[in-house]
Amino acid sequence: MRSAAPDMGGGAEQAPGVSAGGDAAELARQLRICNICQYCNGLCAVFSAAERRPSFTEWDLDQLANLCHHCRSCLYDCQYAPPHAFAVNLPRALARQRRESYARYAWPRPLAALFGAGGPVTLALGAGVVLACVLAMLIAVPLSVLFSPQLGPGAFYRILPLPVMAGGAALSLGFALFAVGVGVWRFWSAGARASGAAPVRWSAVGRALLHLLRLDNLRGGGPGCADVDHRPSRLRRRLHHALFYGFLGTLAATIAAAGQHHLLGEQAPYPLTSAPVLLGTAGGLSMVVGCIGLLWLHRREDRTPTDPLGRGMDIALLWLLLAVSGTGLGLLVLRATPLMGLALVVHLGTVLALFLLLPYGKLVHGAYRAAALLRDASEMDAEVDAEAEVR
Amino acid sequence: MPVLESKPDVLVVGGGVAALAAAIEAARLGASVRLLDAAPRELMGGNTRHSRNFRYAHSAPTPATPDSYLEDDFRADLLRATEGLAHPVLSDLLVSESRDLPRWLADQGVALQRADDGNLPYSRRTAFFLGGGMAAVRALYDRAHALGVQVRHDAPVSALRLDGTRVRAALGGQRLMSAGAFVLANGGAHAAPDLLREHWGDAAEGFLNRGTPWGRGELLRGLLAQGAQAVGDPGLLYLVAVDARSPREDGGIVTRIRGMPLGIVVDAMGRRRHDEGADTASTRYARWGQRLAAFPGQIGWLVLDAAGLRAAPPALYPPIQAGDPLRLAQQAGIDGPKLAATLTEYNARIVQPDDPTDPSRWRTAGLEPPKSNYALPMVEPPFSAYPMRPGITFAHHGVAVDDRTRVRWRDGGYLDNGFAAGMIMAANLIPRGYVSGLAVTIGLVFGRIAGREAAAYALGGT
Ligand SMILES: Cc1cc2nc3c(=O)[nH]c(=O)nc-3n(C[C@H](O)[C@H](O)[C@H](O)COP(=O)(O)OP(=O)(O)OC[C@H]3O[C@@H](n4cnc5c(N)ncnc54)[C@H](O)[C@@H]3O)c2cc1C
Repeated sequence: MRSAAPDMGGGAEQAPGVSAGGDAAELARQLRICNICQYCNGLCAVFSAAERRPSFTEWDLDQLANLCHHCRSCLYDCQYAPPHAFAVNLPRALARQRRESYARYAWPRPLAALFGAGGPVTLALGAGVVLACVLAMLIAVPLSVLFSPQLGPGAFYRILPLPVMAGGAALSLGFALFAVGVGVWRFWSAGARASGAAPVRWSAVGRALLHLLRLDNLRGGGPGCADVDHRPSRLRRRLHHALFYGFLGTLAATIAAAGQHHLLGEQAPYPLTSAPVLLGTAGGLSMVVGCIGLLWLHRREDRTPTDPLGRGMDIALLWLLLAVSGTGLGLLVLRATPLMGLALVVHLGTVLALFLLLPYGKLVHGAYRAAALLRDASEMDAEVDAEAEVR
Repeated sequence: MPVLESKPDVLVVGGGVAALAAAIEAARLGASVRLLDAAPRELMGGNTRHSRNFRYAHSAPTPATPDSYLEDDFRADLLRATEGLAHPVLSDLLVSESRDLPRWLADQGVALQRADDGNLPYSRRTAFFLGGGMAAVRALYDRAHALGVQVRHDAPVSALRLDGTRVRAALGGQRLMSAGAFVLANGGAHAAPDLLREHWGDAAEGFLNRGTPWGRGELLRGLLAQGAQAVGDPGLLYLVAVDARSPREDGGIVTRIRGMPLGIVVDAMGRRRHDEGADTASTRYARWGQRLAAFPGQIGWLVLDAAGLRAAPPALYPPIQAGDPLRLAQQAGIDGPKLAATLTEYNARIVQPDDPTDPSRWRTAGLEPPKSNYALPMVEPPFSAYPMRPGITFAHHGVAVDDRTRVRWRDGGYLDNGFAAGMIMAANLIPRGYVSGLAVTIGLVFGRIAGREAAAYALGGT
């Protein structure tokens, strides 16, 4: 059933004690211990997915790594965690593999280097984009227009003409979606080649979607995850929900605005009680809460189960999202003042930075996670089928 | 000069499930409690950290356990496993008190894995800790801290100072620690090289300890020397077959070698010694542990052909492998010509059953010892071997206690304020034999009793 891809960390590297064969071999070594022990298989989907695998190809490891929601409980529950000689620290090994998998499948390849560059580099690039936007604006828009109150319909477009705004957004977002799409497609096809392509059914799509939207794998099997230290907590899952559903809210606001513009012929800015402003404000506030909460968690968390580079990527993304939501809310507050022009440019600059950096930062995790959950749901279907056949 | 310390109501020695249950119960009753564990914080939890499930009686399905397991069934299983030797009063206590464990554990913040989550083997007799014993240990420590229990790691207790039948103090390093009452919950003496040597001689060198290295038995030894009544037999060990390449200590659950029915088991002379197909129940692990203890050099090899290896459960270390039995034997350290001959004879004596698709029907005829199940031909190269040694899980040995867990004295008396719980007194219930999940239940049930009794004594009762 399985392709002839090399089994990572096979042969002599199976032996316990930290593997010398690189990150993937080290992860395979740890998973092999997990597959015998199995004590953690109630915590999340990773363990049953690993138990399904007699050996681990690079793709298997990528699949398991992207199935992992970084709940961390399995480190604290492990009888073999360091300083035990078997030195099992699965959340860290999976986090490392996850980050490396993003780079492995990224498009275009040269930009994959950003995944290994660390959070500060991403943030610096983002700041550069925003700065460039502000500079361009200072050059292109007369200061008298930029710093005078712009009111009434079409006020934003007097600072930034609609075609430029819409075109810039469409191009950057289109690029981002395409780049992420190629990456995830590469991951998905590698899986299809390796797993003998368990057929994907609609029921699997439904289950995978539910797991994705509810973050079922961030429940630690019920009591919660090791968010700060070993104690089960539901904080990270709740904050992620705040961030994610807030993000969806702002997306809905954008769609509502487009509808109002194109269907009703009304130009932004919209009144405070309009759908775009209400959705955007609620979404933005929810995002701010999520971002600040998660950043606070990152400050407090035990770093033992984290991958330092991946953690930097997380933090960079949170700052970027905080900038997007914060400047969006700022624009709402300042939109009737002479600072509106600057606020608008800064906000759109952060959005542009988010889009451009999206395929090379932590935000891709959503797409890879969705693919991994769908693959996992399909594997489970195949397993059930096989069992039914035996009977 | 030993330093004198502030005096808690209850001093608990140990840091596994029994000690934690005792400390929590004593603290809940309002006693001030200090807990001393020999292990460093990072390696806390004793053998409990390696455990997963515990046995309890229940008359209806629970989220953690399907169907029912009635008290009578539990009692009957215990009697059967121990050949009727389990202490009757303590057995009744164990079985009846076991009912309450899931509720009590939930109150302390310990989570159990759902029986219907699709990842557990069917078991109506036991419940599984979510995340295993380590997760339970952590939750119990959290609970103990929240109740104000003072915890000290890296704090071994080497002896007790007695005043007649009253424990006056515990000696740990240079400290002499007094308390109102003492709970001895420091696990079993499974890692006591001197005790092992006494009973097994040189063979002791060939055993590996699956559990915590902090099970040296110094306290047990001291107590017995002071006059405590022993139960069980220090030479009787619960052994399972583990990979001979495992660490000498603390290998835990993953070092087991399984799959004996899929191949043959030979000693260093290349000889088979037992029917590999005979037992397939979960007790088979323990049976092979005992057998290996009697092998020359306490080492044996599970030999598999390629087909057997494919069917075998995953193992921690890769097998030793070669294209033919001779070279396999050479690499493994087995007598080569003998192993080759053993395999040839085995293959020649196989009888093909009427229904050849059912592997459990294949057996040998005229082979000594026979292989009564799964006797499939072993012909497909490469050939593999897993070296195996007996792995110690616990010793059937400890101190006798009464139904309040007070340590019994040989002269018929008791320690007034010395209570024992967990593996240190488990031999009252399992002087021999074992059924899965019993040890954690013993720790929880008698830990709770010991904690309550110690608190009651210290707070000015009896
Ligand atoms: C690999 C393995 C798997 C097992 N799985 C199961 C299972 O699934 N179910 C089951 O019921 N049983 C299982 N057992 C049996 C296990 O021994 C018991 O489950 C039970 O956990 C023992 O509890 P305890 O508190 O009595 O001892 P332990 O958990 O061993 O705790 C003893 C504690 O005392 C400390 N200590 C020792 N000496 C001293 C000293 N002198 N001073 C201070 N502290 C000291 C130790 O550091 C340790 O913290 C398993 C055992 C092993 C080895």
